[in-house]
Amino acid sequence: MATPASSTARPHPRTPAAPKPPFPHHAGSAISIEQFSLVDISHVLKRADFLIHEEPLTRAKRLAKRRVALLFYESSTRTRTSFELAAKSLGIDTTLVSNLSSSIEKGESLKDTGLTLRALGAEAIILRHNCSGAPYVLEHFTNLPVLNAGDGQHEHPSQALLDLLTMLTHISPKHAKGEVELTAETLKGVTVSIVGDILHSRVARSNMLLLPKLGAEVVLSGPPELLPDVAAESAPGVVIERDFETALKRSRVVMMLRIQSERLAGLNVDLEEYKVKYQLNETRLAQFAPEAIVLHPGPIIRGLELTAEVADGPQAKILEQVHNGLPTRMALIERAFDAIDKKGASR
Amino acid sequence: MKPIVIHGGRLLDPAAGVDAAKDLLLKDGRVAEIAATGKLKAPADAEVIDASGLVVTPGLVDIHVHLREPGQAHKESIATGTAAAAAGGFTALAAMPNTAPVNDSPEITRWMQAPERGAVVRVFPIGAATRGFKGEAINDYAALKAAGVVAVSDDGLPILKDSVMREALAAAARVGLAVIQHAEDTRMTAGGSMNAGPVAFKLGLRGMPAEAESQIVERDIKLVSELSELRPHYHVAHTSTAAAMAAIRQARRNGLRVSCEVAPHHFLMTDENVGEYNTNAKMCPPLRSAKDRDAMIEAILDGVVDCIATDHAPHAAHEKEVEFERAPNGITGLETSLGLCLEWLHYQWKMPLGRVLSLMSAQPAALLNLKGRGTLAVGSFADCVILDPNAEWVFKAADSKSKSKNTPFDGWTMRGKVRWTISEGRVAYKE
Ligand SMILES: [Zn+2]
Repeated sequence: MATPASSTARPHPRTPAAPKPPFPHHAGSAISIEQFSLVDISHVLKRADFLIHEEPLTRAKRLAKRRVALLFYESSTRTRTSFELAAKSLGIDTTLVSNLSSSIEKGESLKDTGLTLRALGAEAIILRHNCSGAPYVLEHFTNLPVLNAGDGQHEHPSQALLDLLTMLTHISPKHAKGEVELTAETLKGVTVSIVGDILHSRVARSNMLLLPKLGAEVVLSGPPELLPDVAAESAPGVVIERDFETALKRSRVVMMLRIQSERLAGLNVDLEEYKVKYQLNETRLAQFAPEAIVLHPGPIIRGLELTAEVADGPQAKILEQVHNGLPTRMALIERAFDAIDKKGASR
Repeated sequence: MKPIVIHGGRLLDPAAGVDAAKDLLLKDGRVAEIAATGKLKAPADAEVIDASGLVVTPGLVDIHVHLREPGQAHKESIATGTAAAAAGGFTALAAMPNTAPVNDSPEITRWMQAPERGAVVRVFPIGAATRGFKGEAINDYAALKAAGVVAVSDDGLPILKDSVMREALAAAARVGLAVIQHAEDTRMTAGGSMNAGPVAFKLGLRGMPAEAESQIVERDIKLVSELSELRPHYHVAHTSTAAAMAAIRQARRNGLRVSCEVAPHHFLMTDENVGEYNTNAKMCPPLRSAKDRDAMIEAILDGVVDCIATDHAPHAAHEKEVEFERAPNGITGLETSLGLCLEWLHYQWKMPLGRVLSLMSAQPAALLNLKGRGTLAVGSFADCVILDPNAEWVFKAADSKSKSKNTPFDGWTMRGKVRWTISEGRVAYKE
């Protein structure tokens, strides 16, 4: 064994560079918010507004008889239905493949399932998966556009985009309709608080990447067990405020998250104490954020992260969010097919 | 076997303190003679290798590889693993026992070394530290040593229990073997698939904290110091964290027999290299923070690190072509280690060439007491590599001799090209 030489101060050595985004992707994919520029987002909003107002029979001719597969490894009512209706509104034939109906072959890999769907004629795949990063695997091996309908604890980009649409409807309707291009200052001065179980939330991660692009300040609030300090380091324009009421005071938008009780095993979280500190109730809302709108990606647990009165109250825009899922997802699906057709044309 | 004369090269043998133009005669598997260039009387039947402009140095030694036999030959076999080793300049490998079944017996140890396995370089099995890798009862180290094992380890898993680790250290010390620890407190890493930190948070992956490594190393060092009368040799496999390295540094200042290895990926990459869930950047211990990576570089340059070891861990393509959390840990490393060490340690960070080569041959051979290896002194094994230290080349995973191609170094620029690898007097690889 060599004896240690005395440690001397030396200049920091040059080290190999790690790969940095943007990574190559199908132009029609929507896996992470990182793939969307402000121009892309403006376009999505504009098309969402256009498509939702289009005459349904005309709209149904846009992508008539094109094929999309919905591949769902986790149950989901709202996201699946929303994507399915969006695709059908454009005239697309959809196939649902889910592990619940056991139509996913037992033990078959995601790669093989993807290749099978492609061989069956799927031109794009909408994927929900319990593993973070699964959409990248599917996209890599199928070369098809993949729309991420939620992957593990990673991202849920269509949810973040419909959240943005909902916010803009109340803050700047012109931007919501796509009449005015978004800029890095569109949401300047606007604080959005995301509250609760950030650790397990893919919705939080997508919003943390999206909102600062438009100049919004994102404030994360929650106990350390559900909101580790590193969360603030993982994206620019994001800060942590452990005191919920202080966060509320600054907020134009309050996004409440569900406590993912099924993932709390091993974590030291006392739900009663959580409610005392972080539940959004009428008193708190009236006292600290009387002008704010309240969002929630659902499903909501009344009496836990927020009270029934708040959920049903005038500041809550939760059903508006659900409603905005349809136009947003129509625009994302159309974007995927635009990319497919462009790719085909350039071949 | 014909004698071999290596003519016209620069002999660089750090263990023997030689760095000079020399000719070598290799005969009957040993180094028979060394003489000034042109002064060697070559036997008439000798094969002559022209090494002009090349460096002749002891064959490299990797004390941490997974050759996957017995039981997992779809990932690698002893034949393919040693072929990859020869291409990478290695002539001696210490093979980890996490095979199927695990190597916890003299029979498996002998089976691995049998000529039927088709090894083209020497394989030294490492025996399982505990029966069946269960971490409960230690194996019969004397019997394993008699069959040929050069160290004991439960690599892939830690020896977690204090009492079992203490017993392993004491028993191994009595028979003169090192205990190699895979330092990971699995109670802290359950469900984790990469380093804990901002990158893991962003990717939505459960993290493996640095403390899971350092706390085991600290616990073990305490045991080593309590057993100091026996002078146990404790070796930390694939050291990856600044905290563990600090503990190792201190233990050595205190005169304990504590050694460590570092793998190229841990001094060249960080958790940022996981990128978009690259399963070929998934291993255990995981790629760490920049601070940890820098501590590995510093410790290597300072001489705290005893050797470079690759932790060559082949996996079949279909096993890695899955969701990140579901992919097995491990990357291949035998064909990239030399090219990376020369490029970065020598050319970029100015470590003398002899010291880099010593970290890859003399020092690991001494560490596991591989007699007659890691040097080319007359009488030692004719294990040698002839390389062009200046050649720049790009590594292509697809060209690998390993059965598996799971490497994060595909497309990386390397320096130093192996021209010949000779194992016990036989050409094991020729470019
Ligand atoms: Zn290990």
